[in-house]
Amino acid sequence: MRNSPQPAPPDVDVIDFCKSFGAVRALDHVSVRFRAGRVHALLGENGAGKSTLVKCLMGYYRADAGRLLVDGQQRAILHPRDAHALGLGMVYQHFTLVPQMTVAENFLLGRKHLPAIIDWSVEHKALDEFMASMPFRLDPRRTVATLAAGEKQKLEILKQLHLGRRFIVLDEPTSVLTPTEADEVLGEVRRLSDARLLSVVLITHKLREVMRFAQEVSVLRAGKVVAHTETEVASETSLARMMFGAATLIEKPEPSRTNVSATPDFYLELKGIHALGDRGTPAVVGADIGVRPGEIVGIAGVSGNGQKELVQILAGQREAHSGSMRVGGHRFYGTRRELEKWGVSLLIEEPLVNAAVPSMSVMENLALRQFDRPPLANGGWLLKRSALRPFARALIDRYGIRVGSASAPLQTLSGGNVQRTVLARELARPVRLLIMQNPCFGLDVAAAIEIRRQIMRVRNDGAAVLLISEDLDEVLELSDRVLVMAGGRISYETDRARADRYEIGRHMTQALARLPA
Amino acid sequence: MTGTFELGWWGVLLAIVAGAIRVSTPYLLVSLGETLTEKSGRVNLGLEGTLVLGAMSAFATCYLTSSPWLGMLAAGLAGSALGLLHAAICNLPRVNDIAVGIALFIFGIGLAFFLGKPFIEPRAAMLPGLPLGNWSANPAIRSAFDVSPMFFFGLVLAIALEWGLKNTRWGLILRIAGESADAARAIGLSVHRVRTLATMAGGFLSGLGGGFLSLYYPGNWNEGLSSGQGLMAIALVIFARWSPIRCFYASLLFGGTAAIGPAVQTVGITEGYYLFYAAPYVLTLGLLIYSSSPTRTLAGAPSELSISR
Repeated sequence: MRNSPQPAPPDVDVIDFCKSFGAVRALDHVSVRFRAGRVHALLGENGAGKSTLVKCLMGYYRADAGRLLVDGQQRAILHPRDAHALGLGMVYQHFTLVPQMTVAENFLLGRKHLPAIIDWSVEHKALDEFMASMPFRLDPRRTVATLAAGEKQKLEILKQLHLGRRFIVLDEPTSVLTPTEADEVLGEVRRLSDARLLSVVLITHKLREVMRFAQEVSVLRAGKVVAHTETEVASETSLARMMFGAATLIEKPEPSRTNVSATPDFYLELKGIHALGDRGTPAVVGADIGVRPGEIVGIAGVSGNGQKELVQILAGQREAHSGSMRVGGHRFYGTRRELEKWGVSLLIEEPLVNAAVPSMSVMENLALRQFDRPPLANGGWLLKRSALRPFARALIDRYGIRVGSASAPLQTLSGGNVQRTVLARELARPVRLLIMQNPCFGLDVAAAIEIRRQIMRVRNDGAAVLLISEDLDEVLELSDRVLVMAGGRISYETDRARADRYEIGRHMTQALARLPA
Repeated sequence: MTGTFELGWWGVLLAIVAGAIRVSTPYLLVSLGETLTEKSGRVNLGLEGTLVLGAMSAFATCYLTSSPWLGMLAAGLAGSALGLLHAAICNLPRVNDIAVGIALFIFGIGLAFFLGKPFIEPRAAMLPGLPLGNWSANPAIRSAFDVSPMFFFGLVLAIALEWGLKNTRWGLILRIAGESADAARAIGLSVHRVRTLATMAGGFLSGLGGGFLSLYYPGNWNEGLSSGQGLMAIALVIFARWSPIRCFYASLLFGGTAAIGPAVQTVGITEGYYLFYAAPYVLTLGLLIYSSSPTRTLAGAPSELSISR
């Protein structure tokens, strides 16, 4: 397959696709023409139907109605195999690579027929030849775990090309990349399509990327194509209006207050924190971080650069092997007593795994911080179950948690509602320090805006807020000061007024080269 | 044993080397089997039971047919049967492989004791050894270098597995199943099937280890035959960090330690030699403490193992 002359990328026509899940019309007479050798963006909010459309295209779902033309011929795609046979492939948002294997081994995995005995000298030679014909390359001998996120994304794309796919769907390909990495990967994708090696469908909600790298864009809203245009004649504003509907304006959280450093003392102060990661290698290397009351300090960084370990130290889930952590001027060890005394609240990523008990009810999870305190208990040991329900009900209403019964196990809730539940729990008592990690990860736009508004409220009430996020836009939008964490160090600091996304992005990737392989 | 006395303290060393080779063989076979199973993403803690059942099956078959090689085959098959049982139960949703392993550990031993009662007294034909010490007239040297072909089989197998995991289709498939079940499913592999076959192969090798115990060294069948060797072999896989070649070295180390007790006894030390008998257990404990840490996961552990997650 890899030595055959490379076929031209196909034209793909989607005509009148419909797909319903129960009462929900996920696709409502959707027609899109993906022209050969072009980068075509699919833009839309979560739930607009982008994923459903490509899943029908790739054979994971079967459309209820509609026709599909590939190079003008009608085709039926009933299974991913059919899509692959037509040269259609997809790169998923989450990597499907095997981290502990080499690049070469990962290349081999996708092949339909693995030879019984693998002659690595032959394979490596063939791979080197293949890489030489590509505009970007990777060392086949490296272990995937040592690749940066941008390199993994490139490997996914190379894998598709290696398998002979000439029409590739990229599902939010830059969600885990820095701006510089994103520009590089998408620049290469654009170059491949300009060289007519590839037709590309780019699923994204980042307007900047659409304007910069796509030639055409189709906007989906509530299962319908509401607009189709060449990017040359569009602007970010016009696209945003199409995406959210003309009447809806995106409400930004309240603007920052000026004069944040009126109180000079740090409420949270980390000095020289060192810690080891799960593999026993240094993960946090001498981090100095200070947060004053009434300011949001954002820590930007590519995931896997020590953020997880840093948050675990703050949450009392991991021991720092040196350095000091002070809250309100006192040594802090993250015990339950200290958390309560100093008003520390935590919103850790993946709360279902890290900060809640999935099989306990919403009610019980809401009470995890206060179940043995009045009014939920007498004398610190006798729980009053009767007081629990009204306490939970009040929080459920106040934070708009969508749940039928307060007794439903937390694990039955959607991601956004789990996030709201944990946030409600953490904000249910006076907050003086709020520590958050990727608070809006995986949430739809409305839920994310709501959570960001809560964060702003807490800050404007005078709490110190530490925001650790992989989403640079989020960090830039919310923070009064921005720090960058790379290779376990705080490598850069800037304030809101001077923050520049490319400068920050450069620092986010800078230390990667220094990390041990 | 006059030969040993002539050799003096050299005799102790010789006895340890000879013992290492002899005692290491079951460790090697069991740990290679467990490495295969764990590389596929599953832990089979029941190998102690497999080892004992293998020993009984081998001895009984050999006693009834007078063929030690048929006995070894029976041991392997009994082992794969237990492996299949383990895999079949673990393939059910929400079943924990550790718990199933412990259950099968007890089941295997119980079954072996139940079926093996009539075979405790009699003698059966033994597996032949390779007389590599014939160049010497010293009987101690001759007996020390009487090496079982199973030892060489284990050595060759370790090398073949080390190579095969990297260079064959099966090796790659096994590792995908063990490193990322999602990736395996994405490319159309049946993770259950891979793990079932890997657990059966692991059981076969452990069964052979049991056959070695009853048909070569110590070479009889009784209920105290294994005394935890199957469990220690699993610990040894962790120490060897899932590498077949390192399993070989680690087995030799364990075998050598286990041979210290009998070796010092042969030179006439009669006090405190029981402490030396405890050496392999102390070594197991020491290695596990050395290789564990509350702050990091084990390097080299297949990512799908329940102990890695």
